[in-house]
Amino acid sequence: MKYSIFSLARAALSSHKNWQRTWRDATPKDRYDVVIIGGGGHGLATAWFLASEYGIKNVAVLEKGWIGSGNAGRNTTIIRSNYGLPGNTGFYELSMKLWERMEQDLNYNAMVSQRGVINLYHSDAQRDAYARRGNTMRINGIDAELLDLAAVKKMMPFLNYDNARFPVQGGLLQRRGGTARHDAVVWGYAHAASGLGVDIIQNCEVTGFVRDANGKVSGVETSRGRIGAGKVGMAVAGSSSRVANMAGLRLPIESHVLQAFVSEAIKPLIPNVMTFGAGHFYVSQSDKGGLVFGGDIDGYNSYAQRGNLPVMEDVCEGGMALMPMIGRVRLLRQWGGIMDMSMDGSPIIDKTPVEGLYLNAGWCYGGFKATPGSGFVFAHLLARDTPHEEAARFRLDRFRTGAMIDEKGQGAQPNLH
Amino acid sequence: MAGAQTNRLDNGGLIDRTAPLKFRFDGKSLSGFQGDTLASALVANGVKLVGRSFKYHRPRGILTAGSEEPNALVELRTGARREPNTKATTAELYEGLEAASQNRWPSLSFDVMSVNQLFAPIFVAGFYYKTFMWPAKFWEAVYEPAIRRAAGLGRAAGVADPDHYDKVWAHCDVLIAGSGPAGLAAALAAGRSGARVILCEEDFAFGGRLLSDGGMIDGLPAAEWLSRTLAELAAMPDVRIMARTTLFGVYDGGTYGALERVNDHVPSPPEHQVRQRLWRIVAKRCVVAAGALERPIVFAGNDTPGVMMASAMRTYVGRYAALPAKRIALFTNNEDGWRTVETALGAGLQIAAVIDARPDISPSHRSLASRNGFTVLHGSVSGVDGGKDGVRKIAVSLTGGARAEVEADGLAVSGGWNPAVGLTSYHRGRPKWRDDIAAFVPDGAPPGMVAAGAANGNFGLGACLAQGFAAGAAAAHNTGHNGKAGTAPVADDETFSLTPLWHVAGKGKAFVDYQHDVTASDIELAQREGFESVEHLKRYTTLGMATDQGKTSNVAGLAIMAAVTGKSIPDTGTTIYRPPYVPVAIGAFAGHHRDETFHATRLTPSHHWAAEQGAVFVDTGLWKRAQWYPRAGEKDWLQSVTREVKAVRSGVGFCDVSTLGKIDVHGPDAGAFLDRVYINTFTNLAVGKARYGLMLREDGIVYDDGTTSRLAEGHYFLTTTTAKAGLVMQHLEFCRQVLFPDLDVQLTSVSDQWAQFSIAGPKTRELLKEIVDPAEDLSNEGFPFMGAREVALRGGIKARLFRISFSGEMAFEISVPARYGEAMARNLMRAGEPLGVTPYGTEALGVMRIEKGHVAGPELNGTTTAADLGLGKMMSTKKDFIGRVMAGREALVAPDRQVVVGVKPTDRARRLRSGAHIIPKGQTPGPGNDQGYVTSVCFSPTSDQWIGLALVERGRERIGEIVHAHDPIRGEDYEVELCNPVFYDPDGGRQRG
Amino acid sequence: MRIVCPFCGERELGEFTYLGDAKPVRPTADAGEDAVHDYVYLRDNVAGVMSENWYHGGGCRAWLKVTRNTLTHEIAAVEPAAGAGAAKVGA
Repeated sequence: MKYSIFSLARAALSSHKNWQRTWRDATPKDRYDVVIIGGGGHGLATAWFLASEYGIKNVAVLEKGWIGSGNAGRNTTIIRSNYGLPGNTGFYELSMKLWERMEQDLNYNAMVSQRGVINLYHSDAQRDAYARRGNTMRINGIDAELLDLAAVKKMMPFLNYDNARFPVQGGLLQRRGGTARHDAVVWGYAHAASGLGVDIIQNCEVTGFVRDANGKVSGVETSRGRIGAGKVGMAVAGSSSRVANMAGLRLPIESHVLQAFVSEAIKPLIPNVMTFGAGHFYVSQSDKGGLVFGGDIDGYNSYAQRGNLPVMEDVCEGGMALMPMIGRVRLLRQWGGIMDMSMDGSPIIDKTPVEGLYLNAGWCYGGFKATPGSGFVFAHLLARDTPHEEAARFRLDRFRTGAMIDEKGQGAQPNLH
Repeated sequence: MAGAQTNRLDNGGLIDRTAPLKFRFDGKSLSGFQGDTLASALVANGVKLVGRSFKYHRPRGILTAGSEEPNALVELRTGARREPNTKATTAELYEGLEAASQNRWPSLSFDVMSVNQLFAPIFVAGFYYKTFMWPAKFWEAVYEPAIRRAAGLGRAAGVADPDHYDKVWAHCDVLIAGSGPAGLAAALAAGRSGARVILCEEDFAFGGRLLSDGGMIDGLPAAEWLSRTLAELAAMPDVRIMARTTLFGVYDGGTYGALERVNDHVPSPPEHQVRQRLWRIVAKRCVVAAGALERPIVFAGNDTPGVMMASAMRTYVGRYAALPAKRIALFTNNEDGWRTVETALGAGLQIAAVIDARPDISPSHRSLASRNGFTVLHGSVSGVDGGKDGVRKIAVSLTGGARAEVEADGLAVSGGWNPAVGLTSYHRGRPKWRDDIAAFVPDGAPPGMVAAGAANGNFGLGACLAQGFAAGAAAAHNTGHNGKAGTAPVADDETFSLTPLWHVAGKGKAFVDYQHDVTASDIELAQREGFESVEHLKRYTTLGMATDQGKTSNVAGLAIMAAVTGKSIPDTGTTIYRPPYVPVAIGAFAGHHRDETFHATRLTPSHHWAAEQGAVFVDTGLWKRAQWYPRAGEKDWLQSVTREVKAVRSGVGFCDVSTLGKIDVHGPDAGAFLDRVYINTFTNLAVGKARYGLMLREDGIVYDDGTTSRLAEGHYFLTTTTAKAGLVMQHLEFCRQVLFPDLDVQLTSVSDQWAQFSIAGPKTRELLKEIVDPAEDLSNEGFPFMGAREVALRGGIKARLFRISFSGEMAFEISVPARYGEAMARNLMRAGEPLGVTPYGTEALGVMRIEKGHVAGPELNGTTTAADLGLGKMMSTKKDFIGRVMAGREALVAPDRQVVVGVKPTDRARRLRSGAHIIPKGQTPGPGNDQGYVTSVCFSPTSDQWIGLALVERGRERIGEIVHAHDPIRGEDYEVELCNPVFYDPDGGRQRG
Repeated sequence: MRIVCPFCGERELGEFTYLGDAKPVRPTADAGEDAVHDYVYLRDNVAGVMSENWYHGGGCRAWLKVTRNTLTHEIAAVEPAAGAGAAKVGA
């Protein structure tokens, strides 16, 4: 059923009794051309692009819980393409362009809101680093503006300009950056993919890989039985090591907890997405009114999906340092998601040494903004067996060759990326 | 005064009628008493309409009397202290309190946005996902701003919070959440056993439900037992009981978070006092006695002002002597609801009827009804006729199908009780379902935590006391305290009887989540569309995501979902419980870490002297460093910095470089150790000499640099960059303790022990002669370039002197014990006066290092190799060292890497800027020809033009090539020449002279 | 989280810095690129009990080997690193 204000109005006449399921509740078939492990944004987007771009419709997405139950449903909803290094720059811009047409592609309102993302700087060195990055963006055809203090003040008069420990000096602005409604992205891809024949199978946990005589992956064992597959794609960020381990692989990835926070809903206060340059704090305000904010990962390997107080305090300290007007706004909920922290802070989208098994992993805490791009290039890899040109550097062997993509320059220390 | 309080009883309650308080609600002057909450005072004044709902802007009253309140939210206080979404039910009344209703315009009783109700047939759950998509551009321009304005509840102040917050630590054996009967009994047992106890109570009064429901304990009226118990606890030195303190979270290792509202019950905090205090409590055991929350029943019109939880009605009548209505009806599915009838009768209220959904009603209740002349109806409330002014009539579906109507101005509702399972579930433990009470009870609590009393599903007063006491005694015992706990307080248990009832079918909107306007039909719609998982349900409908975190709505919501899917409630499951238990001000988590005290400020040893000189300071990490020293008449920083550079290059200057990291390396294996952490060799460094060292990370990328001197056979002195001082120490300790434990070497951080100054310029020796003991030979032969040794200063102080140069001039660095740092600066100025000595700051330091082509932070950016920096030849091939193997990977030794090179604009008047990219001449900039970028720039007084360093593809092979500095973000594009990065004295004659 | 430092006693998480899995052993000088690559980059990423390197930078500057469960954050044991403290291994 096509969604529109007209269909809504019609549905209202029948008290909304005639709406169909947003996606079909599929039962597993014996075999699919492609099986995607992981019903998050990336997995579902991959399935949708396989069906819509590459004509591969005999596809299943296997989700161990409910779709969107991983990081797709637990993030601060920021979208941007303000990266500085080759590999990232083009890929995230591809993703941004796909965000810009998502609603029309999917017939689902994911509330993509290009309200602008501004990274504040507090020193000459930071300004220069942002100038470098902004120039990279411009050279790659991506919008970027370097704002001075006066421009930042005009845009955000509510920051602390008077007695800050690290005064704001300006910011790098990407106007096309913004936010999207995270759950709706998942549901939108599920809705559209299901409409093209993709089977979305919830409560179906993969417990092992089926290998043929040559070692090639030919299917998966699941909590709902064996499912045959021409190819298997993994999109299980947070659990990549655990799933890869079933195929005997060790990955350049650690799992870390990232907390995020939301405040009570308040009337519009913060117009855009902001990152504090002198502490760990980024924030936007949801359409519902809550301030959605976060900071650094807790810093130790974790699968516990919950964080501790020191980082929570650190994040709120950053928020108060930046804009002491939020002191009386109350924090409503804190949660923790498990991040695939890679060894250089950049993702991995590649074939694995195991034939038939494809990997989409290592998103650190930047996975949400990559959702459409990740799906697009992973679908390309699965369909064509060659990397998409915008993902050609996200290779698994780059640590072997030394071609790391290390935006933060922290090296093989995942908790610093 | 109290005369204005139309709905206040003349007697009874826990309010102080001798302490009247004036307050304003929506500008209207009202009065209450000390001991009131804002909600109870509003009730006493007959105010029924308090707020508007989130989506439909429905009129709402007061539903509860506690922190679970979804409806009665106000903006409390005004101006910079305005607090949106404050629950009237927990806000203590104080003299002059000002509160305003929110989410309405222009007024609470006439709210234009209530037209949303007309669109309610369209505004169902998730409607926005299905529309607002065309035209695409309209989302940001039209739809979203409208949605954002309509959504949200109260308004934040929008200006800096004027109040202060504190963060403190506390440690105890037994932590108790809640001061109801179970919590107090636990505290008694644990305290008497000798344990250190902290009890947190979120209310301003201790006692929990005892304050509203009374009862008899140990043969005493509850109030009497309460005051006796509180006195006993107060007399125990190791028991701390804290009111106005909510235990909101549990973290790892027995760490708990609690918020104390220190001064929220007064207009503003007294001078030098904080508004709130965040407690981080480390407890060996925790007893959760947080009670239970009464739950509503979902029926049409259940959000009408005047519909109230039965227990809340008892609280308003019993504790606050305030009457929410004159003639009430009770709708209950359980025995406990009837207590409201008893309380109401006791206060002289009329009972219109009791609608009881259970099949059987006890003879005593029947006789109570007949004695007091009200009817008992078997059935359910199916609708409420009323509006913003309250309830008028109640429609009842009788068991058997008939209908009835009841006239009343208040409706008390009791759907049973849900234990407060938040704290016990924050480590992702899932509560378990108990059929006998039709509720979830704690399961899988974090280590060391138990629930007791109503929080554990034991609702009887006697059971609460017994279980709380046992839990307190056990917790004390488990922490090694075995004193005599005595006997548990004793009371009778009330009768328990409940027939589960969640939702009554009827016409009109029946609310599950009041604040977010989630109705029973929204849940049915969600199920129809496949959002059956409780997490999907929550996310699709926003059920339980409001400021009350679903305290009154979650269980009803999933019961309705269970009914439509045909599953049981436990099979439907709960969503994950997340802290904090109640919303906590962001300011409290930040404490004093805001404004100038956001982070610590580190001052160099010569800071105060530099400040006297009028230095401009720059933040370098936590340090404040002198950036330059302006002089009268200088028009800008560039003029000052240029003067400082020229003064050094022509005479002598000095700069405080104490911020460098300094590490003493001692032991027979000190040299061997350094050989393993640096790419170059230090075992062969002669005693009395210094050497520049470069260290890599294990991945082959440059980590840090600095000079290391050998002061004695087994004693090296190592310096790091300012930025990496702490990190290099950590890294070296890792190498020493974990990687190379066999080496006999010790590391001591002496960064704070030594004040260090760079003294540079051709007249350096002349100045040093005035400082250093004349017996010390400072000649080129006696103290050659890269010499390093301890020297005596005039006056006898021992110092470390290093003949190293960052500026390219004849230079020394001198270290004195930090306490002499300021004196050293003054001494250098005094002794150097005849020489025209010039203090210089970090800018001049930077200019001179760029002129000399020395790499620093912008080049050591975590992605460059030693070879990229032009230091590849330093890598020893004769030994292993950290990073050696990985540095040899193909991409790190590729010929087309970006390497350090000098750049200067071909137009000598042109300013060069960092961050400009390098594009080959004549080419259109694009990803394919983006060959590098400018890393460091300065105006070079020596070259009399802007110069810089850049990382450029094959840069060293291209010296002399003209390329573009492309800087679109600053709208510039100009030609620069790639050149030798050493702009000044390339042979190094000056520093060796 | 709270860690019982063998030198300082029980201390709060904020005093410690995390490095990661303590299991990988630094290859010998002649081990070659593959072995060093595995050491630097590949991780078991254990979901369960793991031995980890933590640094007590806010205290005694000892490196500690902490046995911790990554699913629950429970700490089972804390030992000093082989070279922690003043005494030398074998001395």
